[in-house]
Amino acid sequence: MSRIQESVIIRTVVRIMVPFIQLFALYVIMHGASGPGGGFQGGVIFGAAIILYAMIFGIAEGKKKMSDALDKILASTGLAIYAATGLACIIFGGMFLQYSAVPLLPDPAVVSKYLIDLVEIGIGITVLAVMISLFFDISPPESEPEGVEE
Amino acid sequence: MIWILDITMLFFLVVCAIAAISIKDLLSSIIILSAYSLIMAIVWVEMHSVDVGFTEAAVGAGITTVLFIATLARTEGRSED
Repeated sequence: MSRIQESVIIRTVVRIMVPFIQLFALYVIMHGASGPGGGFQGGVIFGAAIILYAMIFGIAEGKKKMSDALDKILASTGLAIYAATGLACIIFGGMFLQYSAVPLLPDPAVVSKYLIDLVEIGIGITVLAVMISLFFDISPPESEPEGVEE
Repeated sequence: MIWILDITMLFFLVVCAIAAISIKDLLSSIIILSAYSLIMAIVWVEMHSVDVGFTEAAVGAGITTVLFIATLARTEGRSED
């Protein structure tokens, strides 16, 4: 495992690829309503990008980018966005997640378009946080100290 | 629907499934399971269910493999039976 982590090629490729994977994840989340994809898939891809980073640069380095506290905050923030959108529809007199009930804009179709995107973003944030915390919890503790070769 | 492609993919699917449960080395088993997920994703997309195929490729072939390998790093890596 440590021989793979020392490889210059793998480290460089991962460093270059991770932003593009994250950009693709954002694209998948935002196009979930009109095409294939959605909050869950985009969140999984975004989480996979950070997991890839943590696999190559070490768990300790990954936890510097994505600490446990940030994980908990993101997971509950996404859930709060989802629940708040659903409850806002109830407050304005509709069913749970009945987007057209919210009188935000004159056209109900446009309102539901924006609110679907909001819900997808909430789902994506929660899924990415949960995926990353799953990986950090399952992955074995590192025996040798990290960052020697840097 | 391209039925020749379908039959070929489903054949490979069965081969991968049997290999994944009958092989002794658990790391090989995980990699074969990942290949199983990839073929399954192709089958989903070929059956015009792009959303499900997307999920299968992201979760089945991506995250699940990583989590299995991370679990394997904490165990011995050989099957007892």
